[in-house]
Amino acid sequence: MVAYVIVGVFLLVTGLFLWVFPESSILDYGYAGLDSFFNVSPYLFMFLIPAVTMRSLAEEQKDGTFELLATRPLSDWDIVLAKFLASLAIVVLALLPTIVYYITVYQLGVTKGNVDTGAVIGSYLGLIFLGAAFTSIGLFTSSLSKNQIIAFTFAVFLSYFAFSGFDSMSSLLSMQRIAGILTGLGISEHYQSISRGVLDTRDLIYFMSFTALFLLITKTILGGRKW
Amino acid sequence: MSILVDELCKTYGEQKALDGISFRAMPGSVLGFLGPNGAGKSTTMKILTGYIPQTSGRAEVCGFDVSTHSMEVRRHIGYLPEHNPLYLDMYVREALGFIGAIHQSENKAKRIDEVIELCGLGQEQNKKISALSKGYRQRVGLAQAIFSDPKVLILDEPTSGLDPNQVIGIRSLIRDLAKTRTVILSTHIMQEVEAVCENVIIIDQGKIVADDKLADLRLKHQNKSLEDIFIALTSSHVSLPY
Repeated sequence: MVAYVIVGVFLLVTGLFLWVFPESSILDYGYAGLDSFFNVSPYLFMFLIPAVTMRSLAEEQKDGTFELLATRPLSDWDIVLAKFLASLAIVVLALLPTIVYYITVYQLGVTKGNVDTGAVIGSYLGLIFLGAAFTSIGLFTSSLSKNQIIAFTFAVFLSYFAFSGFDSMSSLLSMQRIAGILTGLGISEHYQSISRGVLDTRDLIYFMSFTALFLLITKTILGGRKW
Repeated sequence: MSILVDELCKTYGEQKALDGISFRAMPGSVLGFLGPNGAGKSTTMKILTGYIPQTSGRAEVCGFDVSTHSMEVRRHIGYLPEHNPLYLDMYVREALGFIGAIHQSENKAKRIDEVIELCGLGQEQNKKISALSKGYRQRVGLAQAIFSDPKVLILDEPTSGLDPNQVIGIRSLIRDLAKTRTVILSTHIMQEVEAVCENVIIIDQGKIVADDKLADLRLKHQNKSLEDIFIALTSSHVSLPY
């Protein structure tokens, strides 16, 4: 039920942004590109993905169903990966209908197909990687508490910090020497980079390690009951 | 020897939940685990199922050590936890199918039908678990525990919340299952122990105060009722206003 609402809200907001609101509408902007979609989506994800993941582990711990899973022949990795992939599946399902936007811009171009397809593919990929990263953050915060509101709030904060926080920190005067390192730690730079349509292995490695790191921390926290 | 527990200790911070308990359980009969609240019954079961680790001591299920071969242990047991946790938004058949998928059972649909039949869930099988009464939810929990046809059944208060009719059905099911399996169940209900169990362990404050066949225990205590025996052995530290 929650998933339906989230997918619906995501599509509604992006639909409004891209085709209705005059400041960001493609029809008013006049250029054949999905830039505004890919610019606004990370910020939407920052709220919506924590809403998807907040109950994944918190509710299990609160309802006691975690004991049901932990006493079955399932390893902790099985549980974490299954929860992760399930949440990611919802994110991908939210993105699938937006292909209609791409097809629309394709058709509406002055010459048909006058849209940078490479960049669009790159951006979708970037968005999926971004979604995976935020999902791993959300899963981590869900494992920390039985309270879904805490899981949600902390996930929103961490997602925001991972996306823009590092960029903001790097512009502080006191951090100028490590400015480059700081922006490299943030998701935003790697997301922009993939969105250009060129798959740099550095960006792929970044996203995969980021996600893997948070999943590993989550698994360790779940295993904490055994210490 | 299906369950073997040797000098098992569990300490939570300052508190000793289990203080060196040892016992055995064999297939063919039901072992009743009796004790006041907080005595250590659920803790023992959680250690046997690998949910929490022991502080010291050894526990083995079907020859597998619960601390080193936890995965193997969990393949061979069926566990009904104390509060019967269930996924309330699943349908009954769906929940059983989920358990079947975890245990990778072949012929899942057939097994689901069998288990529904055994636990008397025929009428309710297409409902959401949240729509079931407590008694039927308890049956679903039991169905999930026996689904993989395990050699060892660990049941924590299996008839809690059931009305007398349902209780009779579940007890006879447990007795049947015990004929070829090892069953250990915990309860406070004396009639349950008398109706179902052949062997009895009474545990109090983390220590075992009785470990006997039910019949022998009776003889040793001059044929008093089980309730009196229980009170005599466990309430020495409890002061009541009357």
